[in-house]
Amino acid sequence: MRATAGYVVGIAALAACAVIVHAGPSGGTVSGKVTYEGTPAKQKPIDMSKEPSCAKQHPTPITSETVVTGPSNALDNVVVYVSAGAPDESAPGQAAKFEQKGCQYIPHVLVFQVNQTLEISNADQTSHNIHPLPKVNREWNKSQPPGSAPIDEKYDKPEFIPVKCNIHPWMHGNFAVLKNSHYAVTEGEGGFSLAGLPPGKYTITAWHESYGDQSQDVTISGNETKTVNFVFKAKPY
Amino acid sequence: MGKFFGVILVLITLVSAYPIVTHKFVQPVDISTHGHAIDEQLADTMAEAGLAFVGAQLLLAFFVWKFSNRKEGSKVVHLPGGAKLMVATAFILVGTEVLALGVLGQKAWADVYFTAPKPDAMQIQAQAGQFAFYFRYPGADGKFGPLHPDKIDEGNQNYFGLDPANDVEARDDIVTAELTIPINREIHLLLHAKDVGHSFYVRELRLQQDFVPGLDLSLHFTATKTGKYEIVCTQLCGLGHYNMKAYLNVLPQDEFDKWLKDRAAEQ
Amino acid sequence: MEDAAVQPAHVHAPPEGFIRKFVFSLDHKMIGKQYYGLALVAVFMGMVLSWFMRFHLVWPDAKIPGLGAIAPTGAPGGVITPEYYLSLLTMHGTLMVFFVLTNAPFAGFGNYFLPIQIGAEDMAFPRFNMMSFWTTFVAFVVLVLAFFIPDGPPISGWTAYAPLSAVGKDAGPGLGWGQNLWAMSIALFCIGQLLGSLNFIATTLDLRAKGMTLMRMPICTWAWFITSCIGLLAFAVLLPACLLLLLDRMAGTSFFIPSGLVVSDRLQNHAGGSPLLWQHLFWFFGHPEVYIAILPAVGIVSHVLITSMRKPLLSAKVMIYSMMSIGFLSWMVWGHHMFVSGMNPFSSLLFSFPTLTITIPATIITLIWLGSLFGANIQINSASLFALGFVSMFVSGGVSGFFLAQPSIDIYLHATYFVVGHFHMVMGVAAIFGILSGTYFWFPKMSGRMMNETLGQIHFWITFVGTYCIFMPFHYLGLVGNVRRYSSFVDDFMAPLMPVHKFISIAAFITGAAQLIFLYNLIHSRFRGKIAPENPWNATSLEWSIPSPPPWNNFGEKHPVVFHDPYQYGVKGSKGDFVMQDSPEQVVSG
Repeated sequence: MRATAGYVVGIAALAACAVIVHAGPSGGTVSGKVTYEGTPAKQKPIDMSKEPSCAKQHPTPITSETVVTGPSNALDNVVVYVSAGAPDESAPGQAAKFEQKGCQYIPHVLVFQVNQTLEISNADQTSHNIHPLPKVNREWNKSQPPGSAPIDEKYDKPEFIPVKCNIHPWMHGNFAVLKNSHYAVTEGEGGFSLAGLPPGKYTITAWHESYGDQSQDVTISGNETKTVNFVFKAKPY
Repeated sequence: MGKFFGVILVLITLVSAYPIVTHKFVQPVDISTHGHAIDEQLADTMAEAGLAFVGAQLLLAFFVWKFSNRKEGSKVVHLPGGAKLMVATAFILVGTEVLALGVLGQKAWADVYFTAPKPDAMQIQAQAGQFAFYFRYPGADGKFGPLHPDKIDEGNQNYFGLDPANDVEARDDIVTAELTIPINREIHLLLHAKDVGHSFYVRELRLQQDFVPGLDLSLHFTATKTGKYEIVCTQLCGLGHYNMKAYLNVLPQDEFDKWLKDRAAEQ
Repeated sequence: MEDAAVQPAHVHAPPEGFIRKFVFSLDHKMIGKQYYGLALVAVFMGMVLSWFMRFHLVWPDAKIPGLGAIAPTGAPGGVITPEYYLSLLTMHGTLMVFFVLTNAPFAGFGNYFLPIQIGAEDMAFPRFNMMSFWTTFVAFVVLVLAFFIPDGPPISGWTAYAPLSAVGKDAGPGLGWGQNLWAMSIALFCIGQLLGSLNFIATTLDLRAKGMTLMRMPICTWAWFITSCIGLLAFAVLLPACLLLLLDRMAGTSFFIPSGLVVSDRLQNHAGGSPLLWQHLFWFFGHPEVYIAILPAVGIVSHVLITSMRKPLLSAKVMIYSMMSIGFLSWMVWGHHMFVSGMNPFSSLLFSFPTLTITIPATIITLIWLGSLFGANIQINSASLFALGFVSMFVSGGVSGFFLAQPSIDIYLHATYFVVGHFHMVMGVAAIFGILSGTYFWFPKMSGRMMNETLGQIHFWITFVGTYCIFMPFHYLGLVGNVRRYSSFVDDFMAPLMPVHKFISIAAFITGAAQLIFLYNLIHSRFRGKIAPENPWNATSLEWSIPSPPPWNNFGEKHPVVFHDPYQYGVKGSKGDFVMQDSPEQVVSG
C-alpha cells in the first residue's frame, strides 16, 4: 500500500514537472503599448533617382522611417527593454541579421546583445558602405561591393548606435546593443511583451530614435502580467 | 629598323586620327545657349592641333625613314634655314595661332562667367555632400530659409539643415533630389558644399564648376531642349565619388509647374 | 661665366669598406645608381597598382586571386572596394610623379653624369648628396607604410585637395593615418630634393673643368641645371604646404578648412581656412614639378639624338634658351589646373595666356629636333629608338595641351579622361622614354657591360605601340565626357564606352608585361653582358673619355681640359666623324 502510494506520488510529481516544463518558462510578463500624442513630423518619400537599380525596386517610393506609426496613434520601431534589474547575459549563438536591400536597411532598428555576431549583407546591385556612428564602441565603416560575402562584426559595450550608408545619404537605421535578452521592438499596433521575468524589481525603458527614451519601474512577484504603457510626445518638425 | 619606325609611326598617326576625323567620339548634344561657342572653339582647336599632330608625326616618320642607317659615304648636312627657320616657324605659325585661340576663345568663357544672371532668373540652390546632390527651390515666398549645419539630419531627409520651426522663410522651401527646370528659362544655380570639395558637371549644358566649402559660387544657364541629363561630380570627394550623381530634368513650363507643386505637397 | 679657376684636390677620400662603398656612399655615381634603383622599385610598384586599377574598371566584380590576403580590408575576398581603388590611384600617382619621374631622370642620371660631364671629381657637397638620397629613401619607406595602416592608404589623389585631405578620418577610410604618412613622406621628399638641387646648382656653377664654359656644357647638363633651379623654388613651397596640412590634421589649425562643414554627420571644429589656398600652394609647386619631370628627359634625348644622328642640333644655344624659357614660364601658369576651381574667373584668363605661350618654346624644341633629323645619319639602336619615340610622344602629349590651356574648352574637358590622357602621354610615356633612352645609352658606361640590343628593340616596339594603344584612346573618352577618378562606371552613359576601356586595359597588361623584358635585360646584362668599350657610341662628351665604369674619382689623377663644345660630329678633316670634347684637335667652331 505504502509503496503503491509512493509510486503514485512519484509519477504525479514527474507529470507535474512535465506540465511545468511544457507550460514554458516561469516568471512574470511586462506588456503594454507604446503610443504618441501630438503631430509627428511628416515622413517624406525618398527619391532614389541617383541609384536607378534601387529606384526601380520601389515603384511607389518608400518614405523615411524616423517616425513610423500604426493605427490608433501606435508608435512603431520603439525598443522596449529591461534596463535595470536583470543580470547581464552572454550572447546567443545565432547572428543578428541586417540587410541592405533596395537601398534600405532591413530592419530599420536591429536589436541584439553585447558580443552577439552582427551579420550585414548586401542584396543590391550597388556597393554600400555601412557606417555605424557609435560614441562608446569602436567606430568602423565597411564597403560591400555587390555580390560580396556578408560582414560579421560585434560590439562589446551596450549602446544605441545610429547607422548610415556613406554612399546613399537617405539610408539610415539603428543598432540597439543590449546587455540581456529581455527586449522587444514595437510594430503595427504598438504592442510589446517581455516575458520570463523572475520575481524582482525592474526598470523598463522605451527608446525611440527621434523622441528619446522613457523609463518606468515595475515589480514582479510571481507569474503575473504587469501592464506598462508609454506615451511619447510627437513634434511636427 | 629606321624604315620600320617610319612605317609604324605613319600607321599610328593615321589610326589615331581616324576616330577624330570620322567623328566617332564627339560631345553629346548641346542643350545650352552658350555652348555653341565652346563647341566651335573645340572644333577649331581640334583642327589646328590635329594638323600639328599629323604634320609633326609624319615629318618625324619621313625623316627617320630617310635619314637613318644611311649608306657608306652619305653626307651629313644641316637643314637649310637652320635654327632661325625653326624659331621663326614656331613663333609665327604656332605662336600666333595659339594666342589667337586664346584671344578668340575668351568670348565662350566670358559668356559663362562674365555675364550676370538676369534679375528674373529662377534661383535654385544645389548642395553637394558626400555622395549626393540635393536641390532647393525657394517656394512661394521666393526666399531661401537660412542653413544651419548643426540641424542637418539625413535620416529625416533634412539634408540642408533647415529649421522650419523657427525660420519662416524655410517653411515653404522645396527640397528635391533631382534638378528639374523649365525649358528656355534662365536658371541661377547657387552652389553650396556641405562637407568637402565637389563639382557640378553636365556635359550637355557645357558647364562645369567646383563646389568649394566656404565659398558662395553660382552658375547661370538656360536649357534649350527637354530631356533627362546626368549631373556628375567631377571633384574627388571620397569613396562614393563614382556614385555621386543626380539628374537634370528639363520640362516644358506647364509640366514643370505641376512637378514643383507635387514636390511642394510632399515637403 | 668662365670655367672654374681652381679644382679642389680631392672632394672626398677613396671609399673603403662595404658600407662606405655601397650604402652610405659619398660618391655621386653610387648615389645616382641608388636613386635609379629606388626609382626602378617605385615604377614597378606603380605599374602593378595601375594594373589593379585597369582590371577593376573593366571587371569590377572579379575576385583577384591573392589580393584578398594582402589587403583584407581594402579588397575583401579579392574584390576591390571603392576606397581601395582610390588609394591605388593615390599611391600610383604619388609613386610615379615623385619617386620615379623626379628621381630617375634628374636625381638618378643627373647625379651620375653631371659632375663627369663638366669634368669634376664629384658634386660640390658629397655629404649633402648622401643625405639627400637617404632622406628620399626614408620618404619612400614612410609612403609604403601607408599600405599597412588598418584604415588604409590615403584616397585623396596625389593632389590631396583640402578639405578632403585635411579634416581627417570623418571624411572616409584612408584619411586617418594613411593621409598623415602621405604628408610626412612628401615633406621628407621635399627636403631630399632641396638638398639635391642645391648640390646641382653649386656644382654646375663652381666645379667646371678648365675650358668648360657654361655654353660648352652638354645640353643634358643644362637641363639638369635648369631643373635644379626650378626644383629649389618649387619644393620650397610644397614643403610648408605639407606641414600646414599636417597641422590642420593633427594640431587643430584651419589653414585649409572653413567653418560649418558637416562630414559624416559631425560638425567639424574648424573655421577660417581656405580650400583654394591648398590648391594654389600645391599647383604653384605642381606645375613646375611637371617640367622638373620632363626637362631632364628633353636634355637626355637631345644628348642621345646628337650622338645617334652623328651631327649636332641645328642650334644647341636655341635649345638651351628654350629650356630656360620653359623654366621661367613654368612659374606663371599654375592656375590652369584651377580654371573651374572657384577662383576669380578673370584669373583663369590671365593664367591661360602664359600657358598658351609656353607652346612656343616647346615647339621650338620639337622643331629643332625635327629639323636636325634632316640630313642626319641616324644610328638606330635601343637608345636612339626611345629618343625618337620621345619626340613622337612629346608631340602627342603636347598638342592635347592646346585644348586644356583654354579655359572655355576646359569647362568641358576638365576632370575627364582627356586630361588623364594628356598628362600620361607627356609624363607617363615621354618622360619614361627619356629615362629608358638614357638607360640604354649610359648602361655601358655605368656598368662596364653592354645591354642586349635585340631585347632592347623588342622592348621598344612593344612599348611604343602599346603606350599609344593605352593612352591615345583616353583622349577620345575625354571628348565624349568620360569623367576621371571614378572607381566604377555604373552609369548608363558609360555603357557604350566599356569596350574602349577593355581595349585599354588589355593593352596596359601587355605593355606592362613587356617591361619585364627590360628588367631582365638590365639585370642579366649587369652580370653577363658583353664587356663595354670606353666609348661604344663614338660620342664626344667627357663621360666617354673615361673607363667603363669610371674610377671613384672619375678622371683619375689628371683633371680634364676642354677645348670646345660636345657637338663636334661630322667634322671635316677629323680622324673619325667626331672630335671628343677634351681633344685639342682643331675644329671649325665651338
